[in-house]
Amino acid sequence: MSTAHGPEDRAAMRLTLHVWRQKRSSAPGALETYSLRGVSPDMSFLEMLDVLNEQLLESGREPVAFDHDCREGICGACSLVINGQAHGPERETTTCQLHMRRFHDGDVITVEPFRANAFPVLKDLVVDRSAFDRILAAGGFVSVNTGSAPEANSLPVPRPDAEKAMDAAACIGCGACVAACPNAAAMLFVAAKVSQLALLPQGAPERESRVVAMVEQMDREGFGNCSNHFECEAACPKGISVANIARMNREFLRGSARSAEPRT
Amino acid sequence: MSAASGSSALDPKIPGGPLAERWTRHKFALKLINPANRRKFHVIVVGTGLAGGSAAASLAEMGYRVTSLCIQDSPRRAHSIAAQGGINAAKNYPNDGDSVFRLFYDTIKGGDFRSRESNVYRLAEVSNHIIDQCVAQGVPFAREYGGLLANRSFGGAQVARTFYARGQTGQQLLLGAYGAMMRQQGANRLTVLPRREMMDLVVVDGVARGVVARNLVNGEFERYAGDAVLLATGGYSNVFYLSTNAKACNVNAAWRAHKRGAYFANPCFTQIHPTCIPVSGGHQSKLTLMSESLRNDGRVWVPQRAGDERAPDTIPEAERDYFLERKYPSFGNLVPRDVASRNAKEQADQGRGVGPSRMAVYLDFRDAIAREGVETIRERYGNLFQMYERITGEDPYRSPMRIYPAVHYTMGGLWVDYNLESTVPGLFVLGEANFSDHGANRLGASALMQGLADGYFVVPATIAAHLAGRKLPPVGPDHAAFREAESAARDRTRRILSIQGRRSADSIHRELGALMWNRCGMARNAAGLGEAIEKIRALRAEFWENVRVPGDEGDMNASLEHAGRVADFLEFAELLVNDALQREESCGGHFREEHQTPENEARRDDERFAFAAAYEHRGDGNPEVLHKEPLAFEAVQPSTRSYR
Repeated sequence: MSTAHGPEDRAAMRLTLHVWRQKRSSAPGALETYSLRGVSPDMSFLEMLDVLNEQLLESGREPVAFDHDCREGICGACSLVINGQAHGPERETTTCQLHMRRFHDGDVITVEPFRANAFPVLKDLVVDRSAFDRILAAGGFVSVNTGSAPEANSLPVPRPDAEKAMDAAACIGCGACVAACPNAAAMLFVAAKVSQLALLPQGAPERESRVVAMVEQMDREGFGNCSNHFECEAACPKGISVANIARMNREFLRGSARSAEPRT
Repeated sequence: MSAASGSSALDPKIPGGPLAERWTRHKFALKLINPANRRKFHVIVVGTGLAGGSAAASLAEMGYRVTSLCIQDSPRRAHSIAAQGGINAAKNYPNDGDSVFRLFYDTIKGGDFRSRESNVYRLAEVSNHIIDQCVAQGVPFAREYGGLLANRSFGGAQVARTFYARGQTGQQLLLGAYGAMMRQQGANRLTVLPRREMMDLVVVDGVARGVVARNLVNGEFERYAGDAVLLATGGYSNVFYLSTNAKACNVNAAWRAHKRGAYFANPCFTQIHPTCIPVSGGHQSKLTLMSESLRNDGRVWVPQRAGDERAPDTIPEAERDYFLERKYPSFGNLVPRDVASRNAKEQADQGRGVGPSRMAVYLDFRDAIAREGVETIRERYGNLFQMYERITGEDPYRSPMRIYPAVHYTMGGLWVDYNLESTVPGLFVLGEANFSDHGANRLGASALMQGLADGYFVVPATIAAHLAGRKLPPVGPDHAAFREAESAARDRTRRILSIQGRRSADSIHRELGALMWNRCGMARNAAGLGEAIEKIRALRAEFWENVRVPGDEGDMNASLEHAGRVADFLEFAELLVNDALQREESCGGHFREEHQTPENEARRDDERFAFAAAYEHRGDGNPEVLHKEPLAFEAVQPSTRSYR
C-alpha cells in the first residue's frame, strides 16, 4: 500500500453526527446533531467519539456515554448501531476496530444504541446486557469444581471438533446479534455457547439439561425467536455461523425429548 | 514524597523445608474450616479477571459466601480477556525436557532474580493443575490431530510449554472462570455486582473488613462488609496513558488499599512489550499488542543504513539487519520481552527505525510463508494478521508488520506474603495486582498462569489462615469505619466535580503519560527521573486547580470516573518514579542508563539491590517509607542473564 511507508498526510474529514441522547432509562431520548472537524482516517470510531466528547466538554455540555474497554475487539463492551448497522459497515469488525478510513469527508453518520426490549438503555448509547449473564448462569458451563479435574490429556478431543467448538467459543457476548435481529432474538449468542459445549466431550454429561435451561431463560428475558433472517450472522463481529442455531435447535429437541423420559 | 528507609522487617512467611515440599507442607500446616462453617464467612472479591474470577468461583464452590464486584458491565469483560498468546505449564507433553523445576528456573531467571523463590516454585508446581481444570471446563485449547493438547514456544524458554486457544487464550480461560462464577451465581452462592468501582478499603481494628464502592449506573455509594477482602484489580500500565491495557484499567483499588496500610512493592518494575502496533497519531487512545507468539515465525529486522526510506520488499537481504538473530544467536527472535524491547529502541535511537514515525521495526513473515505456506501461517496467526490489517490498513501477508514496544504489564504491585496476604491482615491480593511472582520481568504466557494459580489454587487454601486464625467480631456496613470511608470518598468525588476548571481529565492524563514514557519508560536516568518528579507534582497541582468534570455525582458519569482514576495515577506516578530512582541498577524491565555494560546490556547489582522494595504510606505529604525484603536464592544462583 502506497501510504504505508511515506508520510501520512491524508486529509482530515468533516462529519455530521446524529447521536442518540437519553439522560436515563426512564427519560425520553432523541437524536442530537453535532458537526465535527479534523477527523483523521487513522482514528477508530471510538477515538472519533473521544474527539466529539472533548469538544462537548469544552463547550460545557455533557459528553456522550458509550460502553467501551479493551478497544481491540475482544472484550465485547462496545456496541453502537452505526447508520442502521450493529457495529457499523465493516464485516466481522467491532465498533472499536472500525476505523474512520471507512468513511468519507462530509459523511452524515447516525449513532444509536443496540435496541431490544431485553437491553434497556441506561444512558445515551449505553445499554444493560445483563440478560446475557443470566442466560449463562442458567447452564452455560460445565459443572466441575476446582481441583476435581482429571489429567488434561486423559480426554482426547478430535481436532475438527475442538476447532468447531473454538469457532463457537469465539463469541464476545456483545449483543450485536440481538440488535441486528428483526425479532431481537438472542439465538446466535445462546447457540454459540450451547454448540461449544455440545461439541466437546466435557459438555456431554449436562448436554440435555443445559440447552433446555438456557433456552427457557432466554425466553424469560424477553428475547424473540429466530425467523431465519440471518442478520445476526451478518452483524457478528466474530463471524459466528447461523449453523450453530440449527445445532441448538436439534440439541433443544433432543434435550426436551430426553428430559421428558423418566430417569433410570 | 521522597523515600525514607524503614527499619521494621517484613515477614514473607516462607515455609521451611526443601523448596519442592514447601507448598505441600504449608497446605498441611494451614488451618482448615469445615464445610458447614464456611458459609458463616463472607468474602469480598474485587475484580473478575482470571485471578478474581477463579477465586470467587472456587471459594463459592467450597461453601464460602462470596460477593464479587467488577467495574465492567459483566464479569466476562475483565481485561484478562485480551491476553492472546497462551498459558504456560510444565506438562512436558512435547517431551522436550520440561519440568516443574525448569519452569521455576526459567521464571526466576526471566524475572532477573528479583522474585521470591518459594512463590515461583509454587506457581510452577500448580501450573499443571490449571491446565487440567481449564480443559475440564471445556476451554477449547488447540489440539494435535490425535486429539491431544498442542503446545508452542514463547520468549525466554527453550521448550514448548505454552497452551493456547488460537490468539484468544485469555478470552477462553476467562470465559471458563466466568462460567464457573455464573454457575455459582445461578446456585445463589455468589453475588456478582457489575458496574461497581471500589472507592476505598475499610479497615476495622487493623483488619480488612470491606469496601466502599460507587455504583456506576446511578452514582450511589455502597458499603460491603465481610470477613476478608480479595483485590484482583490488575495492573497500573495506564499510568503511561498509552498502553495495551483496557481503558478502565486503573490503580485506584490498589492505591486506596495502599493508603489504608498495604505496602506497595517494586512499582518501577514495568514491562514494555516488544510487539505492539506503533502509534499513528495524537488521537491515539490505546495501543494494541500483537502476541509474542508471532516471534516464533516472524523475523525482526531494520535496514542496515540509517534513514533508509525504501519500501521493505525492495531492500535486499544483504542490506537488512536481523538484529536479534545477530546479537542473540541462541534465542534469536525469542529473547525475553525486556531484551527485545530495548533492542528495538536502540535501533530506533540510531536512526534505523522504519515507518512514518521512524519509531518502529519490521516483523517479517516472508520467510515463514515461503517455508510453511500461507495457509499454515493463516491458521496460526489469522486473527492477529486480521487485527493488524484492520488497524493499520496494511496486509501483513504481503508486507512486513511494523511493530514497536509499548507498556503492557506491571510486575510491581501490592506486597504480599506467601499466603498472598498484604500488610493489612485480611486483605489478599491476587494476579497482576500483587508483586509476587515475576520479579523485574515477566515471561510471556505467565500472567494467565499466575492469575489462575492465585485464584484457583493458592488463595482458596491460604485464606483459611486468616478466617480460622483470627478473631473476627461481627462488623456490619453501619460500622463507623464504613461511614468514615464513604464520607471521605464522597467528599473527594464532590471536590473533583467542584473544581470546574479549563482542562479535561483526559488531557492531563495524556500529559502524565507522555512524561512517564519519556522519563520513566524503556530507559531511565537519575536526571530524567528527578525532573519527572517535579513535573508530576506540578501536574497534580494543575489537576486539583484546573480540571473540568461535567455532569453530576448521582448519575452515570464516565468523565467523573476517569478523573478519579487520573487523580490516583498522579499520586502513584511519584512513587513509581521514586522507586526507579532508588534502584540504582538495571534489571529486567527497569533499565537505568547509568548501569549498563559496554555492550549496552543491563548491569544488575546483587550486592546492593537483591531485595523487594516495599513502600509504606505515612499520610499525604509525608515521604513514603521504604522497607526491604531481602531475596535469598537457594535453588538458583543469580547469574548474568544471557540469551546470546
